[in-house]
Amino acid sequence: MLVELGHFALILSLLVALTQGVLPLAGVLNSNALWQSSARPLALLQWSLVAFAFAVLEVAFLQSDFSVLYVSEHSNSLLPWPYKMAALWGGHEGSLLLWVFLLGVWSSAVALFSKTLAQDMVARVLSVMGMISSGFLLFILTTSNPFARLLPAASEGQDLNPLLQDPGLVIHPPMLYMGYVGMSVAFAFAIAALMAGRLDTVWARWSRPWTLVAWTFLTFGIGLGSWWAYYELGWGGWWFWDPVENASLMPWLVATALIHSLMVTEKRGSFKAWTVLLAIAAFSLSLLGTFLVRSGVLTSVHAFASDPARGIFILVFLALVVGSSLTLFAWRAPTVSLGSPMALLSKETFLLANSVLLSTATLAVLLGTLYPLIIDALNMGKLSVGPPYFNVVFAPLMVPVLFMMVPGALARWREAKWSQIKPFLILPFFAATIFSLGLSLWMGHQDAGILLGFWLGAWVAFASFQQVAWRAKQGLRMGGSFLGMQIAHLGLAVVVLGVTGVKNFEIERDVRMGVGDQVTLAQYHFKLVDVKEVRGPNYKALRAQVNVTKGESETVIKNLTPEKRFYLSSTMPMTEASIDSGFMQDLYVSLGDVLSGPTPQWSMRVYYKPFVPWLWAGVLLMVLGGLLASFDKRYRAPVLAGDDQAHDQEPEVHETHHASQSHDLASTHNA
Amino acid sequence: MIQKKFLIPLVLFLVLVVFLGVGLRRDPKEIPSPLINTAAPDFDLPTLKGEGNFSPKAYWGRVWLFNVWATWCVSCREEHPVLVAFAKREGVPIVGLSYKEIQPSDEDKGPMSLESKLSLARARSFEWLKKHGDPYQLSVLDLDGRVGINYGVYGVPETYLIDAKGFIRYKHIGPVTPEVLAQEVMPLVLELQKEASAKSSSNATPSQSSSQHYALQ
Repeated sequence: MLVELGHFALILSLLVALTQGVLPLAGVLNSNALWQSSARPLALLQWSLVAFAFAVLEVAFLQSDFSVLYVSEHSNSLLPWPYKMAALWGGHEGSLLLWVFLLGVWSSAVALFSKTLAQDMVARVLSVMGMISSGFLLFILTTSNPFARLLPAASEGQDLNPLLQDPGLVIHPPMLYMGYVGMSVAFAFAIAALMAGRLDTVWARWSRPWTLVAWTFLTFGIGLGSWWAYYELGWGGWWFWDPVENASLMPWLVATALIHSLMVTEKRGSFKAWTVLLAIAAFSLSLLGTFLVRSGVLTSVHAFASDPARGIFILVFLALVVGSSLTLFAWRAPTVSLGSPMALLSKETFLLANSVLLSTATLAVLLGTLYPLIIDALNMGKLSVGPPYFNVVFAPLMVPVLFMMVPGALARWREAKWSQIKPFLILPFFAATIFSLGLSLWMGHQDAGILLGFWLGAWVAFASFQQVAWRAKQGLRMGGSFLGMQIAHLGLAVVVLGVTGVKNFEIERDVRMGVGDQVTLAQYHFKLVDVKEVRGPNYKALRAQVNVTKGESETVIKNLTPEKRFYLSSTMPMTEASIDSGFMQDLYVSLGDVLSGPTPQWSMRVYYKPFVPWLWAGVLLMVLGGLLASFDKRYRAPVLAGDDQAHDQEPEVHETHHASQSHDLASTHNA
Repeated sequence: MIQKKFLIPLVLFLVLVVFLGVGLRRDPKEIPSPLINTAAPDFDLPTLKGEGNFSPKAYWGRVWLFNVWATWCVSCREEHPVLVAFAKREGVPIVGLSYKEIQPSDEDKGPMSLESKLSLARARSFEWLKKHGDPYQLSVLDLDGRVGINYGVYGVPETYLIDAKGFIRYKHIGPVTPEVLAQEVMPLVLELQKEASAKSSSNATPSQSSSQHYALQ
């Protein structure tokens, strides 16, 4: 009965979402204030209904109600309760419900935190979000109903895919989806601004914190996914250029370009058309990712049961949303003013160059991801595009991006002076040179690529330290925006150092080992001591014990216990790698199949993975930076046209700069 | 009002949608075999039951399925009941290719002679077919996997459809499902059988006798 109520609430929420998509917008066109003011209550009501449906499904999972088809397919009575809750997004239907639920969270947040935004803009933004929500609700109700009953009820559920029974997977999808769905806010603001013909600095200022929060979630979600792949899949890799990974990387790259481009639009009124296009692109790529994952057009490790009807629905929806947005863009963007003049050497130039490079990288990833599909569609055969393509194309594009991050953060708006930037480049330049030479000497291997990777990471990192130290010494206050930027840049630098290190210095060994055998990687000796059987709540496992000693010493420094698990409900054995994380490296052991012979032996993967912890540390720093910047106080100040008080906290190093900045603003607002 | 450069994103997107639309109709996992519509590679291998050798020539005039399997193959266990039911229901002859039944792990105690390999493979396969049911008219033993290479076997199981003239007409990689058999294999089998009977009635080739020819071997 409760399940039917959940289904009914979802149907009601579709009706409310349709009203939310139409009524406030009609109110704008008719200048009907009452209709416009319906936007906020409708958004909150819609979310409440979806939240109710979501809660009903959670209850069905917690109670192991196997009369619900979706529950019986993705849960099991023996499943620990946190996994029962997370099993809700363990399949197609539930993960779409999560998508709509999070869209509701974002819509409600906009409804609640937009007190200072003009009524007609709120109406437009929430209408756009209502339309998106309607599309997804219609999709769920027509093709992917999670409340469908199974009669007679199953006596036991088929269990959640053992791969997904992992803490990483409990939070990875919600974080990633918060990022994807959060892009809808920047998108809705962009569409609203295009409709109103008001692509002004107020629009950019409003979009910035929302985009930053969404970017932060997306960063965290991608990082979690990578971390999970690394330690749960047992492959020892952290990025595979799989289509589904690319589907998350593309919106991230565009969102990164967007948060920087929004800054230019807000401060200088420039690049408006480009910023709007990025806002449309970030959300469109999120939708494209959904299409690629759900429709089965590409082969991927993330195999969702594909269904042609679902594929067609999403494609039509994608065509409608993106097609109409780009039509609106083509129609309205030419009327947008070009903004203020700028010199060749200015912050604008650096930010524009970086956002063009990031967009180019996105197109390169998009091309590589879709190339197999395009070639097949042209009947030119079947092929796949692998990491070599992506590595060759992606890395060179990132080199200038990383290089320009430093002068870009230092340069002034409108016109920068070389003499003012230069003093801040000398220290990072020499520090990075010494650091990269020292690090690659210490790692015992040098080539130009390794040096360049280390150098670029160190360049960005040292520059961040120096700029923060300089501000502190001058007694200047540092706002959330400034600190957030520096910490996020530092995070990226740490990731770059990590990627360079792990790509070039990792050692992977697939060996067969019996009890008592030893294998040596770098200066670490791995000795298989024991293999025994253990039991978990819903699985049996073989657990190996591997003792690690270092160098000549006999003392065991680490005790690794990789497992091979056999879940009761599944025939597929699961690998649980055992990883010891240090500051500089991971030691990674996973247990493979038993090999028959006179004495039992096992195939084992023993990996030495230097710098891997740096990847996760870098991602966490980026997340921290994103959070700090999102919650900068100035975003909570009331927004008025021509308001320039926020500019005092602009992340600038040079205090002499303020006079010229307010002058710039005057010209911006006249434009 | 509309400037051309602002239309570029829209145009690019529409091209993308067309490709995605076409892509929806394709299956990315379907890998075409270059052997489709070519003569099935010939071989002469010992049968599982030890009743002499079998060559595909013996099945000229018949439309039959050639299924690659092994007792060590996990997916075969999933596929097997489907094949057993199919063989019982449709009566399409299925020949098994027991592929590399003897794995390197069997030879841990030292290399085995061909004789002992054959007898181990037979013993194990008999046991397996007794337990899971036997859908095959006969199975041949491809111990060294050379026939598998000639047929372009990626992995076990795989299934080939061979027509009356000895041509490969269809290939399925991975376990066949009831859907694949009903929607892809059976329509093609019926069509090929019709084709074959039209030919044989017009110029009276010895299609019936060829099957008896095998029985004499």
